[in-house]
Amino acid sequence: MTGLPILSLMLLVPLAAAFACLMAEAKVARRIALGATLADFALAILLWASYDIGGAQWQFTERVPLFAGFAYALGIDGIALLLIVLTTFLMPICIGASWKSIDKRVGEFMAAFLVMEVLMLGVFAAQDMFLFYIFFEAGLIPMYLIIGIWGGAERIYASYKFFLYTLLGSVLMLIAMLWMVNEAGSTDIPVLMAYDFDPQAQTWLWLAFFASFAVKMPMWPVHTWLPDAHVQAPTAGSVILAGVLLKMGGYGFIRFSLPMFPDASAQLAWVIFALSMVAVVYTSLVALVQHDMKKLIAYSSVAHMAIVTAGLFAFNPQGIEGAMIVMLSHGLVSGALFLSVGVIYDRLHTREIDRYGGLSINMPAYALFFMLFTMASVGLPGTSGFVGEFLALVGIYQVSSWVTLICATGIILGAAYMLYLYRRVAFGVQKNADAAAMPDLDAREWAMMVPIAAAVLWMGVYPESFLAPMRADIAALDARLARAKLPGDAMIKFGTPKPPEHAAAAPAGAH
Amino acid sequence: MDWSASLRLVAPEELLSIAGLVLLLVAAWSGDKASRTISWLSVATLAGAAILVAPALCSGAMGADTEAFYGQYRGDAFASFAKLLIYAAAGAALIVAPAFFERARAMRAEYPVLILFAALGMGLMVSAGDFLTLYIGLELNSLAAYVLASFLRTDDRSAEAGLKYFVLGALASGILLFGISLIYGFTGGTSFAGVRAALDTGLTGTGLATGALFGITFVLAGLAFKISAVPFHMWTPDVYEGAPTPVTTFFATAPKVAALALTMRVALDAFGTQASAWQQIVIFAALASIVVGALGAIGQQNIKRLLAYSSINNVGFMLIGLAAATPQGASAMLVYLAIYVAMSVGGFVAVLMLRDAEGNPVEAIADLAGLSRHRKVLAACLAMVMFSLAGIPPLFGFWGKFVVFQAAVQADLVPLAAIGIAASVIGAFYYIKIVKIMYFDEPANIVTGRSDWMHQGLLALSAVIISPLGYLLTVWLGGYANAAAAALFHVA
Repeated sequence: MTGLPILSLMLLVPLAAAFACLMAEAKVARRIALGATLADFALAILLWASYDIGGAQWQFTERVPLFAGFAYALGIDGIALLLIVLTTFLMPICIGASWKSIDKRVGEFMAAFLVMEVLMLGVFAAQDMFLFYIFFEAGLIPMYLIIGIWGGAERIYASYKFFLYTLLGSVLMLIAMLWMVNEAGSTDIPVLMAYDFDPQAQTWLWLAFFASFAVKMPMWPVHTWLPDAHVQAPTAGSVILAGVLLKMGGYGFIRFSLPMFPDASAQLAWVIFALSMVAVVYTSLVALVQHDMKKLIAYSSVAHMAIVTAGLFAFNPQGIEGAMIVMLSHGLVSGALFLSVGVIYDRLHTREIDRYGGLSINMPAYALFFMLFTMASVGLPGTSGFVGEFLALVGIYQVSSWVTLICATGIILGAAYMLYLYRRVAFGVQKNADAAAMPDLDAREWAMMVPIAAAVLWMGVYPESFLAPMRADIAALDARLARAKLPGDAMIKFGTPKPPEHAAAAPAGAH
Repeated sequence: MDWSASLRLVAPEELLSIAGLVLLLVAAWSGDKASRTISWLSVATLAGAAILVAPALCSGAMGADTEAFYGQYRGDAFASFAKLLIYAAAGAALIVAPAFFERARAMRAEYPVLILFAALGMGLMVSAGDFLTLYIGLELNSLAAYVLASFLRTDDRSAEAGLKYFVLGALASGILLFGISLIYGFTGGTSFAGVRAALDTGLTGTGLATGALFGITFVLAGLAFKISAVPFHMWTPDVYEGAPTPVTTFFATAPKVAALALTMRVALDAFGTQASAWQQIVIFAALASIVVGALGAIGQQNIKRLLAYSSINNVGFMLIGLAAATPQGASAMLVYLAIYVAMSVGGFVAVLMLRDAEGNPVEAIADLAGLSRHRKVLAACLAMVMFSLAGIPPLFGFWGKFVVFQAAVQADLVPLAAIGIAASVIGAFYYIKIVKIMYFDEPANIVTGRSDWMHQGLLALSAVIISPLGYLLTVWLGGYANAAAAALFHVA
């Protein structure tokens, strides 16, 4: 590819901007942060444009032996590419969301956010396992500060809980990593992805990684940090938590648990399925009875993530592709929903659902966007949510009809709690005078909503743009998992698809 | 081995003792007004001694060429690594002192001289090749340390700290001596090489004598006092709190390095053939130190006491490297020690810089509330030290934990590593509590005094080391630590 070390550059830009923000005063800091995140997004677009679909599995690789015991090694495949694009896409929007609502210690806030961006990009780009761990863990520090300094009333408790919960989850992963490196003699993620560990050891290693990713994901019953953290974090913090941080758990499953421990993954898939089923039903029901908008969306995140985990452990391309699309879609949609909450929170300073009502009368544009994101969250065809959930459920169905049945209730329940939320906020009578007097979206809010809405529709109408880069990587993962494949209770007999008439040389494996 | 070669090997100790004696005379004649000059001369002496010991580390010296006085003293790469850390820590304790004591009108010319003698004693400890050298070095260091602890004569807490340190230190020395005498009785020698050979059951063909086992246990118990490992840690919080802060900076760093290096030398060299006999003791002390250090710190109201518990906690992590009983473990401990010194100096210098409007030291944790509003850089540095002590990447403290756990995993001690790292999460709680108080709470506006430029410089230096930039040192630091560990494991 190009000689430009584009991944390092993407890490460097926000890092440099973070230092600049620390020195600068509020007005300048906002501009610097916006400029840096936009520049990073431009770099990500360049990355996407120059990514060679069907080329080498790992592209844009960089390797400098800077440290003892591990290397500064970066490189991405299609899966990482899309998550990097998602991250850089959401960042400028987050900065925009905090433009006015953060008015104290602005420079520090922007610096914390930019550092957070560096670390998230580092997680997705790292090709060395310990480098990955450092980026993965380091994210705790800025997020702790973001929740603790700029959060809501219960911020201290939420920040402690977030920090200690996720730390406890991931320390055991470090021991497992040390053991693996000692055994395989390499810290390279691609090498380890092809290394066959002893199946007995795999179980322990899988559990250690599971502890970390299940907390991050979060899966039931270790999800309890999430509603606290989401609710107390400032809007931009919630967007980044839901949009990107949760994806680290899914990314970890795809990058580590599945390819490195295929036997253990197959053996323990029932744990994932069981927890996912509980999560889908339980958290959806919990979401139904929430009075706090952010809490409702937080619980819906747990339910969506459960479909991701179930899809990943279906061990077939549809399931994994579906899980990836759900992750990307959820990153956009839940981010957008938190933004929508943020918009009205900035006006009325309450997240209580009952304090609103009839907003479609005085805020029609807002109600339109909120409607679109609600539908995307529900999984209406034409929006990104549908594509992912459909693919994931198709994948799961090949393994177990029961799991599919129960996970599919999540879509019905999702429709229930999201539409109920929308009805209470946007429709009905304007029972509160102050809510009725709120002005509609201003230019800044339009600028935040439109790109996400466009991306949601794009992913819903033409998902191929997003599936194409990762198809080869998911096929490789599927091949790796083939030896441990679960039989499935539906006994599906696949027919042979008729080749398209106009293209005799259809690529193998296209669907 | 002729005398001139031996004398060349002990050159750093000769320099320190002569300089210490000369400066003592200068102090006696010119009085306390010369104390700043004497401080700087002492720093120069330490720098000179560091230059003298550095070649041994760079060349990875080991074996017979490094033994002086018939094996009583060893100037190998291991001793050299530890001495460099000790001199650096002692230098830091000298640099921070004048500004502190002058405000209390208690700066005396004896302070730098005592630090020099303590450094001399610690140099002997880490170079010991014989239990008697070990004891002499230990006592020379301890006697200086007792006086230093009660250096603020008019302050009750300082006097109490000195007395407590003395009584418990004497008890520890007694236990240690008792152990040494048992070892002597059952092996017939006091040199490490002789004890090692006599304890080698493979060589002698008989099992380990119960008396010798008792000897090992008592020696390790005595040393556990010195490194403040649980269950011999009780003196630490009181002494750290009561002693003047520059002295606490010194206690938390240099004597820790010396005592841990000494413990490594005794365990891995003298008792090296009986690793299975002491491994379980070390494993217990390691886990107990981690847990007690973490739980004990939670309720503390005084930042110096909190840092004392933190040092107990850190000793536990270092002992995990010792429990591995491998060269990797020893190397990991040395890396951890180096990082620990940087973190502790940073932490205590930051504490020294906490002053109220009248310039009085602030030690209560509650008074730090909202520090990040009016003392941004100081709060950021202290927060970095806290996250680093908690072992959160990307700060450099993580690397220390990383290498010891790596050594433990390589030595097949996976359960120990897993329990140790899980317990480290308990410790993270009180470290992030300090960050919470400084960053999340409303300002108390107590810490408003200005701080000395030398403190700022030293804090900046340690902040740079523990920042992610520190990782650039890993290749270099790891290489020297490996050389030092190889020298430790070299059996003539």
